[in-house]
Amino acid sequence: MGRCEDAVEAVNFWDILAVILSAAISAMGLGGGGVLILYLTLIKSVPQLEAQGINLLFFIPCAVAAVFVYAKRRVLQPKIILPMVLGGLVGVAAGSFLLYKIDTKYISILFACFLIVVGSITLFGKSKKA
Amino acid sequence: MQNKIAAAENPIFGDSSMKKSTVGAAGALVGLVNVLLGAGGGILAVPILKKCGLTQKQAQANAVAVILPLTIISFIIYIKKQYVNFFDSLWIIPFAVLGALVGTFVFRKLSSSVLKRIFGVFMIWAGVRMLWKL
Repeated sequence: MGRCEDAVEAVNFWDILAVILSAAISAMGLGGGGVLILYLTLIKSVPQLEAQGINLLFFIPCAVAAVFVYAKRRVLQPKIILPMVLGGLVGVAAGSFLLYKIDTKYISILFACFLIVVGSITLFGKSKKA
Repeated sequence: MQNKIAAAENPIFGDSSMKKSTVGAAGALVGLVNVLLGAGGGILAVPILKKCGLTQKQAQANAVAVILPLTIISFIIYIKKQYVNFFDSLWIIPFAVLGALVGTFVFRKLSSSVLKRIFGVFMIWAGVRMLWKL
């Protein structure tokens, strides 16, 4: 059921290239962070939940660096961030409960729908300027 | 006049249509999606933050700050539930940082509406293909 017994095989050149490209695409604001999951599930046949877990780790170092830079530039708004994070913690708790209850197949369906929505936004959305 | 200044300094208390409780509820949705899909929190958080009165760039910056703690907790949950092995996945970190730098300083110059369109089509195709395979 998507656990990591089938750990990712030995890392090869293509894996490294996929990680670099996925990070580059995410940094450009494209893909909603789902590109690496696609590579892992469709090309490497990694179980959906393991791919999602790897994708979470993948985001952390880049986000730490970005938050550090934004904090120095005083762009961050703690009065908005704090209630959103507090609410987010409730969402994470509910989601982790659902992760146990929902069959991985339905998570994959949700993820596929997410891709279609993100793709449509990217395709038909207005270009974003500050 | 004073209200306008207050709105610029504190968008959430200014002319924004979002209350703190609504922002919290929206945050819950962001956290739920982030842990369930392992992605997608940011794409939800940005429009919510814009509703709070932030510009696109401010919203993107603040979205990262919202998603980071939620992602760390989600990742810990994935490790605890043994969906992913922490040590087997560590190799990814230096290449993720390298890729982010490439995206920020090199690829950004290539960014165009054509590239976005190609990528949008690719995402839709990948989503449909995933649904087809299930």
